[in-house]
Amino acid sequence: MRIILHVWRQKNSRDPGRLVRYEVPDVNEHMSFLEMLDVLNESLIEKGEDPIAFDHDCREGICGMCGMMVNGKAHGGFKGTTLCQVHMRHYKDGDEIYLEPWRARAFPVIKDLAVDRSALDRIIAAGGFISVPTGSAPDGNAIPVQKQDAEMAMDAAACIGCGACVAACPNASASLFTGAKIAHLGRLPQGQPERDKRALAMVLQMQEEAFGNCTNIGECEAACPKEIKLDVIARMNRDYLKAALTERILVEKGGAG
Amino acid sequence: MELKSRVPSGPIETAWDRHKFELKLINPANKRKYSLIVVGSGLAGASAAASLGELGYKVSCFCYQDSPRRAHSIAAQGGINAAKNYQNDGDSVYRLFYDTVKGGDFRAREANVYRLAQVSLNIIDQCVAQGVPFAREYGGTLANRSFGGAQVSRTFYARGQTGQQLLLGAYQALQRQIGAGQVKMYPRTEMLDLIVINGKARGIVTRDMVTGRIQSFLADAVILATGGYGNVFYLSTNAKGCNATAIWRAYKRGALFGNPCFTQIHPTCIPVSGDYQSKLTLMSESLRNDGRIWVPRQAGDKRPPNEIPEKERNYYLEEKYPSFGNLVPRDIASRAAKAVCDAGYGVGETGKGVYLDFSEAIQRLGRQGVAERYGNLFDMYERITGEDPYKTPMRIYPAVHYTMGGLWVDYNLMSTIPGLFVLGEANFSDHGANRLGASALMQGLADGYFIIPYTIGDYLAAAKPEKVSEDAPEVKEAEDNVVGIVKRLLNSSGKRTVDSFHRELGQIMWEYCGMARNAAGLQKALELIPELRERYWKEVKVLGTNEEFNQSLEKAGRVADFFELAELMCLDALQRNESCGGHFREEYQTAEGEALRDDENFCYVAAWEYKGAGNRPELTKEPLTFEYVKPAQRSYK
Repeated sequence: MRIILHVWRQKNSRDPGRLVRYEVPDVNEHMSFLEMLDVLNESLIEKGEDPIAFDHDCREGICGMCGMMVNGKAHGGFKGTTLCQVHMRHYKDGDEIYLEPWRARAFPVIKDLAVDRSALDRIIAAGGFISVPTGSAPDGNAIPVQKQDAEMAMDAAACIGCGACVAACPNASASLFTGAKIAHLGRLPQGQPERDKRALAMVLQMQEEAFGNCTNIGECEAACPKEIKLDVIARMNRDYLKAALTERILVEKGGAG
Repeated sequence: MELKSRVPSGPIETAWDRHKFELKLINPANKRKYSLIVVGSGLAGASAAASLGELGYKVSCFCYQDSPRRAHSIAAQGGINAAKNYQNDGDSVYRLFYDTVKGGDFRAREANVYRLAQVSLNIIDQCVAQGVPFAREYGGTLANRSFGGAQVSRTFYARGQTGQQLLLGAYQALQRQIGAGQVKMYPRTEMLDLIVINGKARGIVTRDMVTGRIQSFLADAVILATGGYGNVFYLSTNAKGCNATAIWRAYKRGALFGNPCFTQIHPTCIPVSGDYQSKLTLMSESLRNDGRIWVPRQAGDKRPPNEIPEKERNYYLEEKYPSFGNLVPRDIASRAAKAVCDAGYGVGETGKGVYLDFSEAIQRLGRQGVAERYGNLFDMYERITGEDPYKTPMRIYPAVHYTMGGLWVDYNLMSTIPGLFVLGEANFSDHGANRLGASALMQGLADGYFIIPYTIGDYLAAAKPEKVSEDAPEVKEAEDNVVGIVKRLLNSSGKRTVDSFHRELGQIMWEYCGMARNAAGLQKALELIPELRERYWKEVKVLGTNEEFNQSLEKAGRVADFFELAELMCLDALQRNESCGGHFREEYQTAEGEALRDDENFCYVAAWEYKGAGNRPELTKEPLTFEYVKPAQRSYK
């Protein structure tokens, strides 16, 4: 089949950028979406044109490196699927597809479809961990964990940090990402000692980055390729509120998303 | 060159404890005076950087991805082994040690493997404490499952995303140290050369992948944790960015390369669908716990699998290996799949595939029961192939997955360049000629959390690295080398893309240095590779400049190194006139087609030394001795 692409081309962070039209003939239905872009890039290089820059790595939906807006939907809008796992059998001959980078003030464009998501790392660095120095852990079975808690922690921990939630959110909020980590660690007995501190520090850092606030729209849940549920944001808000009432010093800088 | 393995003498059970006591220490106040470089942020790199930062060292950590959380350890699905014996099924440190030495076909150092089995216990404790959401039983205790090459259940798992959860644990520990100012992180930064001053590793040259800036970083020691080199085959289960450049350029600076030909071909991957294919996707080995592998008894049988009656199916692994059945080690399962496909029994459009069938498991456990164990893998399979594995068997075929070979290291994980340490898949140790499932995660974390923090102190205390200046001629020379390579690639005025060359190299390697090798084929590859490499430098086309985000340029440098490494792999495969583990030389097999080792002549680690461009590298042998697990023909029957 033949696919027509309109791709956001932006040389660097200072370039205003624009959409450019490309045609990809002979697209095979078994190709992945990114393989279709590979084929286009190969032909561009052969013609002496700058290939399209896009981030990708594992191509099996787990590293979180890939992602772009496809016809206005993060990762193309297929339930629970990263873009690298989308195959061309979902499209038909003559389809026109618009490709744009994640759009968010906190994610400046590096080039074309590649953006800088380091703000997400800084949120984790602020408190998204359990402080356990290497070597100081008790036996793995010393603290039983309810099966259901382990499962729910895992549901939240499945986040791959791709940033689709931010890109899908009209406010460009990172609440789903932040809430997922707070819900993951806060669900486990090991995460209790730092639960308050974690919620305060991570929410604060989220606000210091250029993310917007959560207004309970729910686009993030719909866009999440790992199907993280909105209730992680409720847990974040609860943990934040509870902590804010007891740890007063940090509260002054703001409220939860 | 003489290789000093520094393996402690005396009883193996206490070797590591005695060795740890003998290692020199650095007092806490002095640790902050030392700076360390860690390249790579996967399980080995992130755990090392976090642990060393905690100890007080000044650590700089580098990765090519946009975040350390994305390293390819994240894609490991099935699990991590540990000799906890929580299942009361007869496991022990000694048994894990025994299984790993045997699984590696007697080509690993006993003392290293014993230590690995010992620290496996600490790894699980550490990860649980970090909040890794391992699967649990209803009583709240940790759950286990079985993996290939073992008759006990010792594999801990977090659904089909164990690597992800372990890496996120290490990543979070690393981010904690970054937040605390103990580790400085350099993402989107690629190491392109090693700086060696007065015979010691003292720094690296990097390229900032956003701005193109080429820069040197100096330190008191350098740790490489940059993963394996399976992408030399172009198609593999590795991430697209995985590359050998860091270890290869260290090799060219004098670090010996151990067992380069030892490659693991994983038996359960989704088959290739076309020539646009960019990578191969693994289906976890854990599927072999409940899935049954078969092909039709009649060659070329084109009926849909559900219409082939039970008695016309050949469950070849269960028939040939009744005691291990579908859970034989990876090398054996892969070769068996190749053998039935070569004989014309393969399934799917290309005939390169075998069925992995869950119908019996679905009857036994119910659809929900199967979904609980493997749901995400089934979903992934369906997304990629468009077929529903709950209804029709999966089709699978072997693919390049892991490289047991890597830079040679001693018991302290130090390479032949003093001050250069190598961890995880990037080194050659522990797995011999074949790695057992769920052992890569174990080794990466063992090296990073529990070995390097001890051994690096001993090096620093003994070597007392002197001050070095950024103006040292060695720094300038390394920078010039990097600039030279970049310029040469950009100035090449050819017409072909980097990928087209890489694909061609991959085909040569798969054909002649893949699942089965022979002397004639390897010799042929040794003619084809240098020819193709020469054409590469003349005909490759790399657009753009250095001073920008230039993904073609990144790839071009990595592929240039793959060409050289490919040649070394073939040389190594050619000198090893035996079959062992993943290295199967067709000339050396038993009457039943199993690998035939030659312990008399090849019970050694082959360590190769770079002797300059155009010269044959020099082979040094580290003899292997087996005092505890006596080499025997591996039997999984």
